[in-house]
Amino acid sequence: MFQIFTDFASWLTYQLLGLASETKLADAVHFFIEDVSKIFVLLVVMIYLIALMRASLNVEKVRDYLQKKHKGVGYLMGSSFGAITPFCSCSSIPVFLGFTSAGIPVGITMAFLITSPLINEVAILLLMSLLGFKFMVLYVFVGMSIGILGGLFLDAIKAERWLQSFAAEALVRGQSQTESQKSTPQETERLSIKERHQFAKTEAFDIFGRVWKWVIIGVGLGAALHGFVPDGWIETHLGDGQWWSVPAAVFLGIPLYSNATGVIPIMESLITNGLPVGTTLAFCMSTVAASLPEFILLKQVMQWRLLAILFATLLFAFTCVGWIFNAFTPFL
Amino acid sequence: MKNIKVLGTGCSKCKNTIVLITQVAEQLEVAINLEKVEDPNQIMMYGVMSTPAVMVDEVIVHKGGIPTKEEITSWISDT
Repeated sequence: MFQIFTDFASWLTYQLLGLASETKLADAVHFFIEDVSKIFVLLVVMIYLIALMRASLNVEKVRDYLQKKHKGVGYLMGSSFGAITPFCSCSSIPVFLGFTSAGIPVGITMAFLITSPLINEVAILLLMSLLGFKFMVLYVFVGMSIGILGGLFLDAIKAERWLQSFAAEALVRGQSQTESQKSTPQETERLSIKERHQFAKTEAFDIFGRVWKWVIIGVGLGAALHGFVPDGWIETHLGDGQWWSVPAAVFLGIPLYSNATGVIPIMESLITNGLPVGTTLAFCMSTVAASLPEFILLKQVMQWRLLAILFATLLFAFTCVGWIFNAFTPFL
Repeated sequence: MKNIKVLGTGCSKCKNTIVLITQVAEQLEVAINLEKVEDPNQIMMYGVMSTPAVMVDEVIVHKGGIPTKEEITSWISDT
């Protein structure tokens, strides 16, 4: 199915640009063209199709649903919804407060918010087409586990103690509501095909407009690695034997900020160049989910102490993911 | 004169929404009272979870993205 992109890249690289095959430069250019064209087409088509299906899903519905769930199921559902519900990262504060004031426990809200940047439909698609089905499943499993375990941990340490006072009060108010007072779910609007199409079209253009430059940067870096870093260099210097390479990768990811779409092409080339899977995962998750500007925004609803705990928890989780995967790669 | 509020925690989409509303109002030569609500506590009180959201005379008319020019025109032009 993807052969057409390989052919297109070959034609452009060898015929049109006249680069001699087998050279490093041609190799890099070919990789770049093939991946960029493939990802662009996939993005537009798939975002459109997925948006058609989930046109009627929104954070308000998720809130109403989670409000009625028992704790155990709540974590799993919170994390799953985080994976599939779209929302702009600039909405994380209002979403946090909306959930909190509905009486949803902080742990479940955080399971939603932690999973959300890590997993989304675009990331899943890219992983599947670039790194294969098995890796995609692995990634989703790890992403959701981090969300759920992170949420459970915050619940265990009673994280609500360290909310800003107005948020803490909203939580108490929300939890003291009786069943009947709880917000009645909005009547499900039935969307016509035309409305769904409109939503999906806007969504496809909107997401594409935001992420295309990340794809170029991501694939460009990937191409550079692909063509110019000598084969085996990464494996020798950052391979399994070096335990410190995982935490180093996590720390390297903090100042870097990208969404999952931009980082996945980099992931592909890191892995094919011999960087262990665990180290790669750790680096990418840290880049996507642990970004300082985002965390500073959360200061509006959390006290420093909780922010620091949350940040440390994420870094610790990513490091563990890296080590565990590196240890188990031989058995995969 | 209509009171328009834009709710949002200061992301670029919220800023663009404000700019766009100002532009449309100027084009139509309609005087409006435009206010930016950035305080998370207030946004929560309005029950808004997707920003930017727009309120016209205390009624939420839009949320979760930058509105189109047509939408803005329909809010601020008098009927």
